[in-house]
Amino acid sequence: MSAAGSGGGERPRGAKALGVVVALRAMRRALRGRARVEDPTVGAGGHAASRPPGAPVGTGPVDPGPDPSERTVPGNRRAEGAVVALLLGAGLLGFGFTIVYVAANASTQLLAIALGGALALLAAACIVAGKLVVPQETHVEERDLLLDEEQTEEVVEMVESGGEGISRRAALTGAAGVAGAGLLAAAATPLASLGPDLDRVHDTPWHAGVRLVDDEGHPYSADDIQVGTFYTALPEHGDPEAFGAGLVVVKLPPAYLHLPAARAGWAPEGIVAYSKICPHAGCAISLYRYPTYQPTSAGPAFTCPCHYSTFLPGEGGRLAFGPAGRALPQPPLTTDEARNLRAAGPFHEGIGPPWWSVHRGQS
Amino acid sequence: MRRALVRWLRRPSRVPRVLRGALALVLGCGALLLLAAPAAPQGASASRGRAAPDKFPQPPGPGDPTARFPSSPALVAEGRTLYAQSCSSCHGVALQGRVGVAPSLIGVGAGPVDFYLSTGRMPLENPRDEPERSKPLFSRAQIDSLIAFVSSYGGPAAPAVDPARGSLAFGFHEFTLNCAGCHQIVARGGMTVGAQVPNLQQATPQQIAEAVRMGPYLMPRFGAKQIDQHALDSIARYVLWSRSPSDRGGWGIYNIGPVPEGAIAWFLALASLILVARLIGERTT
Repeated sequence: MSAAGSGGGERPRGAKALGVVVALRAMRRALRGRARVEDPTVGAGGHAASRPPGAPVGTGPVDPGPDPSERTVPGNRRAEGAVVALLLGAGLLGFGFTIVYVAANASTQLLAIALGGALALLAAACIVAGKLVVPQETHVEERDLLLDEEQTEEVVEMVESGGEGISRRAALTGAAGVAGAGLLAAAATPLASLGPDLDRVHDTPWHAGVRLVDDEGHPYSADDIQVGTFYTALPEHGDPEAFGAGLVVVKLPPAYLHLPAARAGWAPEGIVAYSKICPHAGCAISLYRYPTYQPTSAGPAFTCPCHYSTFLPGEGGRLAFGPAGRALPQPPLTTDEARNLRAAGPFHEGIGPPWWSVHRGQS
Repeated sequence: MRRALVRWLRRPSRVPRVLRGALALVLGCGALLLLAAPAAPQGASASRGRAAPDKFPQPPGPGDPTARFPSSPALVAEGRTLYAQSCSSCHGVALQGRVGVAPSLIGVGAGPVDFYLSTGRMPLENPRDEPERSKPLFSRAQIDSLIAFVSSYGGPAAPAVDPARGSLAFGFHEFTLNCAGCHQIVARGGMTVGAQVPNLQQATPQQIAEAVRMGPYLMPRFGAKQIDQHALDSIARYVLWSRSPSDRGGWGIYNIGPVPEGAIAWFLALASLILVARLIGERTT
């Protein structure tokens, strides 16, 4: 596209598009022509009489040549070399994907380059092989049934004489095998990541005494937390990218605070915290609504932007709407002498989307 | 046992027929009333008998600029007349509000009045409707007089904003953190459970600043500790920029969102795949 765009500045767009089409057709014709030049048997290989009626007749000179069973398919050494190289490249990139994946902190860009490159090279190999290596002809060979023993021997001999092509066939097959193995390995590698990583679910950075800090590492004081807005808190000295690191923190007036009796002391001064990870599909809960005047609108709630699961912060994260299967996990909070907010313990249950046998306890 | 019960049920009643009829009527009406009573929403019992709003606007941070609206005794008097005509039926003659209908306006200050009136969200036909942006009912002079009247009852100053002082990159960062969850990163709005999230394409910088500090309707409010003056200027600049973003990808397709953009990418990819297939394939007939 860019080549066409840089070609003519004054030409109208339609002419440019036409130019591109013409160029592509010319390229295609050239490819075909080359195949014909390097493969003289194409179109001249078989008896004209042996073609079924209606079959395409080659453009080359129709020559009642020798017995079709003796035809030779000429090798195109350069094309075969290119196909082998492309297939080997595809295989290498496929194995490269596995290596990048297994290596720690695999970058997704590198993974994409490896896998995409492998598939692109495989496709290129198929195209080159289809265009320049595989004979391009429709050939129907008519012959009698092989009843005669001599004839059978002859045919066997003929087939064996075709063995002279085995070397190139072996090279192509081997390269294709390498490419296939590389791509299969690339496809199978991610299986290693399947399955619930229970340690990450149960072992969050939140334990008794961990301070709540903001995204710049400043600890949250109970005086910072205002009614009618929400805060994202991270564990002090913890990995901020850990699955269970994010908390949403809000302060509620007593009128909205109806925590279950077992969580009576979990909300110092009405401040409650919940896991920021939605227990439905693991999205980050980033919507908070708080009424201006509750009698004429909805009450305070968290909503997950992915599928609109809605949780009530005043009622222990109870699900009020949406596809999530359970309440938001809640850690107990406390304040220290400096009025900083600290976790008083871990989440009341596992965080994140549900896995089999992970959340059998409470729900 | 069962036969005794049937005999007791079939025995002639000693209660006069009129009394029995009256009793049945009273019980039936009671049951009807119980059935017809709307299910009380959660927390309604706690908020019953209260006209104070759930949240007041956050004041601008110390040293931050504030918006200046004209004020004079004449304006306050004009505002009182307008208020009595158009607002007092819900918000009360003395701004005290009406329990269960509309909140008190004492102490809300100038920001919410300017925001709700200049965006046409007030007055509402039905107090239970969701306020939506529409053509303002009042002229700018009338809005100024209502601001003067309501803010004479006290309340925080309205914020001032200057998008030119903000940074576009920082505004993008802050908008992503605080606003995009609901308003979408292109500031086209969306929905949340219980409310629509408005499109910000018509909002003026002043309305943006007022909305950030007060949290209209169900929106959270943000104080100067969460979004300081520089962040506020930057967010306003980002929202203004979002109306005509520079499309780095080349073709913006009207910023209609990721799903239609992805669909168009699919169609383009399909077309190019067909072209490639046509190029590498052979015609056999």
